[in-house]
Amino acid sequence: MKTVGQHGEVWAFSENRDLMIELLGKGNELAQKLQTKLAAVLLGHEVEKEAKEFTGYGACKVYVVDDPMLENWSSESCVSALTYLVRQYKPEIFLFGSTRKGKEFASRLAMRLETGCVPDCTHLSIDDNGRLLMGRVVYGGNAVATQFCRVDPQIATVPPRVFEKPTYKKGEGEVIRVEAKLEEPRTEVVEVKEIEAPKVKIEEAKVVVAGGRGLEKKEDFKILDELAETLRGQVAYTRPLCEDRKWFTDWVGLSGHTIKPVLYIGCGISGVIQHVAGIRDSKIIVAINKDPEAPIFEITDYMVIGDLYEIVPALAVALKKLLKTG
Amino acid sequence: MLRIIVCVKQALDVTQIRADPATRHLITVDAPRKISDFDKNALEEGIKLKEKMGAEVIVLTATSEDAKMILREALAMGADRAYFVMDPSFENSDTLATSYILAEAIKKIGDFNLILCGEASVDSYSAQVGPRLAERLDIPQITYARKLSLDNDTVTVERTLEDRYEVVKAKMPALVTVTGETNEPRIPSLMAIMKATKKEIVTWSAEDLAISKEKVGETGSAIHVTEVLAPKVERKKVLIKGESAAEVAEALAKALIKEGVIGR
Repeated sequence: MKTVGQHGEVWAFSENRDLMIELLGKGNELAQKLQTKLAAVLLGHEVEKEAKEFTGYGACKVYVVDDPMLENWSSESCVSALTYLVRQYKPEIFLFGSTRKGKEFASRLAMRLETGCVPDCTHLSIDDNGRLLMGRVVYGGNAVATQFCRVDPQIATVPPRVFEKPTYKKGEGEVIRVEAKLEEPRTEVVEVKEIEAPKVKIEEAKVVVAGGRGLEKKEDFKILDELAETLRGQVAYTRPLCEDRKWFTDWVGLSGHTIKPVLYIGCGISGVIQHVAGIRDSKIIVAINKDPEAPIFEITDYMVIGDLYEIVPALAVALKKLLKTG
Repeated sequence: MLRIIVCVKQALDVTQIRADPATRHLITVDAPRKISDFDKNALEEGIKLKEKMGAEVIVLTATSEDAKMILREALAMGADRAYFVMDPSFENSDTLATSYILAEAIKKIGDFNLILCGEASVDSYSAQVGPRLAERLDIPQITYARKLSLDNDTVTVERTLEDRYEVVKAKMPALVTVTGETNEPRIPSLMAIMKATKKEIVTWSAEDLAISKEKVGETGSAIHVTEVLAPKVERKKVLIKGESAAEVAEALAKALIKEGVIGR
């Protein structure tokens, strides 16, 4: 066990700016607990401005590898830069953003350093021995596992919006420019197609009306759209509607978006554990389902056993009426 | 001939896991086992490539428990040969240790053109074994493939990221991890199941692969699990009743307004 003053730095890295700021907030808390410093890692080309910005979110140091080869986030170049930095400066904890690229980088870095990596952490704290305790959802949402890593650096990846963004204060951090020998990419990106982004991010919606297999046709979503509009909320989908029926591309659930709206209304959703894992932290959960045995009712505040094709439009009407007169 | 190795995990069927309500501990002993969903997509993709351009499809698993059933299923789907790497010492291996076992097995299998893995397993969902395996074998890797094609010594993949699709090329030998979007895994016919019983399953122990016991299982793992608990469920579970849809809807609307969750 290390004593005060012996702990290595806490580092954070994400190619996603918002997520990076969230990591800095949590990283700062961990660093304070260990009485060590928080550092941001920044890879890219001509990134001076961002380096300064990170110091305002709590980073005492910003390690910058500035190289044109890092501009398009090639895995080999980035992973080799990260490996070089860790070997040189020996952080104790390294937090990554759980984007798909971030998770790949973290896994590959962990392999090169022969250490562990706990992905998609929703809980991070320091135990009495000064180790990082990492909590994550496992078994398709059936459980939360608490894990620790006995090798340094202890690597964790963190999904978006798990931790709060800290407030910006003009910081006095040090920017450290590091020359690292980078590996050439072994893959070549030949084409990029943008996926059309939804107007409002589902994670940011206060009210979510979600539809599942109980909806027979894609067009039937217009009744959910109308209810969502009444509630100034967003419509969301389950994975089978995206992967099996190919109606949509983006789903809520363990492998998709995790949401915690103030109000969640599940329509024709049976509530398989993977979906439930993505909505569990909603404040109020309403479920509308024909099947009284549907597992979603196990985690529901208000249960309606009935036909969504009747209940959903009626609910929109009732709400319009009550909100007008109420 | 092209040689494709598909790594599959015997996963718990997570929909069949129950928790003890008193202790919140999971009851996994009697939960059924199956080929992890995305590994099955990887297998299907391998078999499709075989049908399209001719290839030998090898399926590989590493485990501390019996997993011959899933290998039989993989063979029935169309894999040519299976390697069953089993040793009790592998129990509680993390991804660091598991990728070591798989890498040693692949080195013994010999030359290959392509390794396919699922994007992640359905039970632990860490998405690390594929990337770690490619690192250990020092080959190019492409994660989260939704489309895949081969041309001479190049693999071309369309991968799904959060906000875009990337079309990426790599020289083979390479490793690709596959998402659930890629295909619909086939269900083998009775005939195929019968024929598969004649296909070979090679069984290897840790000793056969000269695997060092310090590098596997609990001792060889960097990650240690302190507890696994079912989440607490504290929900109101109020049943909204009424004579008609309109009545039910009105009662629900009133309840939600009272909760203060309806924005004005």
